[in-house]
This record gives sequence, C-alpha cells and structure tokens, in this order.
Amino acid sequence: MTPNTSDQSVTAAPPHPAADGRIAWYRRMLEIRAFEDRVQELFMDGLVEGTTHLCQGQEAVSVGAINALGADDYLTITYRGHGQALARGMSPEAAFAELMGRADGCCHGVGGSMHLTDFSRGLIGSFAIIGASFSVAVGAAMAAKLQGRPVVAMAFCGDGATNIGTFHEALNMASLWKAPVVFVVENNLYGEYSPLRSTTSVDDLADRAKANGMPGVIVDGQDIVAVHETATAAVARARSGKGPTLIEAKTYRYRGHSRTDPAAYRPAGELDAWKKRDPIALLGATLAAEQVLSAEDQKALARDVQKSVDAASEKAATSRVATMEEMRHFVYAD
Amino acid sequence: MQTEARPAQTAPTVEMTYREAVAAAIMDEMAADPAVILMGEDVGASGGVFKTNEGVVERFGEARVLNTPICENGFLGVALGMAVTGLRPVVEIMFSDFLPTAGDAIVNELPKFRFMSGGQTRVPITVRAIGGGTGRFGTQHSATGESWYLQLPGLKVAAAASPSAAYGLLRAAIREDDPVLVFEHKGLLLRRGAVVRDASSIREVGRAAVVRSGSDVTVVATLLMADRALTAAEQLSQEGIDAEVIDLQWLRPLDFDAVERSVRRTGRLVVVEEQVHLAGWGATVISELAMRGVQFARPPRAVSLPDDVLVPYSPALEDQVIPSVDAIATTIRETCG
Repeated sequence: MTPNTSDQSVTAAPPHPAADGRIAWYRRMLEIRAFEDRVQELFMDGLVEGTTHLCQGQEAVSVGAINALGADDYLTITYRGHGQALARGMSPEAAFAELMGRADGCCHGVGGSMHLTDFSRGLIGSFAIIGASFSVAVGAAMAAKLQGRPVVAMAFCGDGATNIGTFHEALNMASLWKAPVVFVVENNLYGEYSPLRSTTSVDDLADRAKANGMPGVIVDGQDIVAVHETATAAVARARSGKGPTLIEAKTYRYRGHSRTDPAAYRPAGELDAWKKRDPIALLGATLAAEQVLSAEDQKALARDVQKSVDAASEKAATSRVATMEEMRHFVYAD
Repeated sequence: MQTEARPAQTAPTVEMTYREAVAAAIMDEMAADPAVILMGEDVGASGGVFKTNEGVVERFGEARVLNTPICENGFLGVALGMAVTGLRPVVEIMFSDFLPTAGDAIVNELPKFRFMSGGQTRVPITVRAIGGGTGRFGTQHSATGESWYLQLPGLKVAAAASPSAAYGLLRAAIREDDPVLVFEHKGLLLRRGAVVRDASSIREVGRAAVVRSGSDVTVVATLLMADRALTAAEQLSQEGIDAEVIDLQWLRPLDFDAVERSVRRTGRLVVVEEQVHLAGWGATVISELAMRGVQFARPPRAVSLPDDVLVPYSPALEDQVIPSVDAIATTIRETCG
C-alpha cells in the first residue's frame, strides 16, 4: 500500500451537496465536538462523575477511519473513545446516558465513559487497559477469517499504547496469520502526562509496523479526507486477504489526558498552533471553497447539531438507573 | 454426587490416562460444535508439550488448531475477540506459572467483559492451565496457581483431580457461555482411570464430588492433593479412621454446601492444598463454615505448602515441600485423635 495521500485534491465538483459524504463527516465531527464540550459541563453540574478522556482535536481520525468500515465490520476502541463510538453511529443520548450511569446508556450505565460498547454496531469493546483493543480486534478478525466471513476489524489505540507488550504481540499475530485487521494509532503526542519523546524510542510510530512485517502508514490526522483514504485502502487490503496495516494518525488533543489534567506540561503556543489546523475548520474551509457547504450553511448545521446534542443530554438525564438485580445478570450469562 | 437429570450413559467405560482424557474432552466438544477451536503454544503438530492435545490437529485440521506465539496476554486477548464474535476457543496455558503474564486478560478482560458491556455479549472461553509440582520443574514451573484467580466475579474456576474429572470438567467448561479457567496437574498426566466418554460424564458446574464417603473426618482437596488424600484415606481405613474425601472440582462457584453437609456429620475438617494456606480456597472454606455456625469437634487443620519457602528444584527438597500422602495421613490422624 502506498502512503501517498498528498495528491488527492478533489477535482470534480460533487453532483449535489447532499450526496457528498463529507457533509455527513462534517456533521459528525461537529457532533463529537459538541458532545465532548457538553461532557465537560456535565461534570461541572455533577451529572457525570469519575473521570473521562476527551478527544477534542482528534475528530477527523475517528470519523475518517471508521467511515471506511462496512456495517458488518468490527471495531475496538479505548478509554478515549467517545468520538469513535459516535463516529460508529452510537446515538449521543445512549452515550450521554452511559456517562451519567443510567439504564438507557449503551451499557446500561455499568460501563461508563471508558467502556462505550455497542455490539449491534460491531463496536465490540472499549478498553481502559492499554493494548487490549489490539489483541481483541485480532481475535475478532481471526474469527471472521476462520468462519469465512468477509469481515474486517479495526482497532484504535493511542501513542502511549505502542509501548506496551500487548501492542507488539497483537501486531505479530496479525501479521503472522494475515488477519483482516486495521490498526489505527492516534498519536496525539502525549502518553498521559508525558511527551511522546520522553517515553518512546522512535519518532514515527508507524515504524513499529516494520518489525512485524506489515505496512506502516503515516497520515495527517487533522485531514479527514486523507485519513479516510488511507483507512479505506487498509480496509480493502485487509478484506482482500493481504493482512494488517498499521496507520499512525498524527493528531492532537486539545484537553489534558483526563478531566483533572490541565495539561500544563505542554509548551506555550503548541495548542494554538494545532488549533490552526483544527480538523473541523479544515474540512469546513474545503467545503466552503468548493461551494459544497457555505460558511452560513455550516453555521446553521452547527446550531442544529448543538440543539440535538443538548436534547440528547437532557433526555439522557431523565433515564432511570438500572437495578442491582438487573446488574447481576451482567456478570454471568444466564 | 450428581442429583440432576443427566443423559444416560451410551459409551462404554474405558481406561485412559489423565492427558488422554483431556484430549478426548477437547475432541468430543470440537466434534459436537464447529465453533470450538483449540489454541495455545505448541498445540498443533506436537500435540502440546504435555501431550494433552494428541490427535486433535490430525482430526480437525489446522483451521481449528491455532499454534500461537509465546505471548499469553496477547493470545488470550485474541481468544476473547474470537469468543465475542462467534467462536468458543479452548486456550492452553502450557504452565500455570505463565498465566500471570496474561494478567490483564485473565484479571481485567475475560471476567469483566460481559459485565462492562451491560450484558451485551457472552464470553465462552475455556482457559486450561497445566500446573503443579512434583515434576522437578523448579520454582517458576511448579505452581498450581489455583487460588490466584478466585477474587474475580465473572470467572469460573475448575480443577481436575482424575481422568474422569478432567474429561467431565473440561467438557462442562467448554459448554459454558462464561470464561472458565480449568486447572490441570502435571503430576496426574499419566494417571490412569475409568472414563465414560460421552455426555453423561459432563460435570455440573459448581458441584463438588465426594470421592470417598466416610464418617469420622472430612478431607477437602483439589488436583494432586485430592488424589493423595484419597490414598491417605484408604491407608487410614486400616487404622479404623473413616475419612470422607471431597474433591472440590470447582473453586468458583465453590460448593460450600457439600463441605458443610459433610462436616456437620463428621465434626472434623482437614483441607489439603498444594499452595500456601494464606488467602487460598482452604482458608475460605474454613471461614465460610465458621460463618455458617458449623460446630467443629476439633479445630480444622490445613495441610499445605509452607509459607516461608518456595517450591525448589532439588527433588529431595521438593518432596519435603509438597504435602505427601504421609503428611496428609498424619494430620488426619491428629485431627481424629
């Protein structure tokens, strides 16, 4: 696979704006941004407790990559997974209710922020322990392969996860068995509170693919078109039986590691520099320039999304809490 | 000691070794359900390091027998991914001592996966860990590890003390829709015993087996210790001591009721463990019976590994560390004296 994404300028005008999938991407990224901003407020209001790991700034990776999957494909994500769950089509209401610990949450409130899971959408796990998202995805991919189903698994992890043994174990097995899997590393430059360079022996995490005999591709994680194109090629490669690909998406999280982290360790100006390459603004500028979606229409869309996110959080707050009796059924299969 | 309705016996009773019984259970479940696959280190052509899978790959082919690299945490994660997408993996852990390298999978993932998803999925995985001493394998290859994973709701734990138990427990485990950790014992692999190779032998989950009835003292054990306790009990019967021996079979769920019923009759309890006593199933059994108000005629006793050393290589020393038939008999005798 050729990691060449620079020459993909769109030349032909889309037939009709509504038919342009990028508008749906744009809308989804707005939804994720509004969702994450609202989560912060819900903490202030005491409706969400514990911790949460927000993904503002990384929306293009989730939406671009996950939209390369088919409906029957599998997805595993991590504790910074709100954006990925929404990108896979989880309703904001089910996600909010989960964060609020309510029965209407995707996991009936027992999972919480770090475990957004929805088997009806192939979102088979959201892991709060680093590395497991990769090995479990290899298993789902291998089950499909052994059963002759043309299904691909996509696994997300962060840059910090590329240092844990499970990451390398999963890559080795996937390559060895030519598992139909796509690994997506969101390199947001910080593993928890530590800059990547202080914990990691390579600058480009895609280099870690070489050690396991698979292509490693670097993509601009702020450019959703590039992410989608790269992921689409990797998914096609996996589905055709050629094996796994490791995609490193260079991106940035606007917030700290978790709710209580003000991210004071970041050098002055770094956040502002990244915000100049905000993934939503970048796509918005392209859509406006190509007259697919005007700046005004974008504002209207943002208002619309904000309204639906507001309504979703309000509705979620009305959900009841599951009972202890219901919860007991979640431990063992009946 | 099974009370529920069970399938009638259709197969003849045959003699086989413990490891043949393990292989038979795997093959019979693979034959019964195409979703069952076997995976682990060297489980393919070599039949497993302990020959517990002999004949499996020849019969079912490489598509259902997956040789894994040496990476327990990774391949247990793979098994988890398979289990929630349609397969029923049986995973061999070559030595119980290796299972802690899969700490995340066995502690954080398998038992918690269904729960955290709010019950969206079932997790039908069987993890077989081959453990135990007497093999002169040294400090890092001799643990049973049987009590290390008892504090994990979501997991079921079994331990096989005989060929028929190995066959019946493993088939039961593979049929469960929950993760089951099955402990096997290296010291029993060549033990021969009678096995009925059909569904009538499948053991009920959570049910202990009274392997010898007696009226004077209740001896509770697992794995090789159950085997040795039975031998000790037979010897003691010649001295007029009538010991009841209970093979727990399941450590989670643990059949406290069976032990309680027995001790309420005998008034005496000895737990025999190939592990240190502190915080193991033996201590839990004694604690549970105390909480149930069971009156003991004599204080309960434990025969276990010493708490102040580890399992050594030296054969002469290893034999002093792992409870012998004599040591078990001595404690039973003292309890009855």
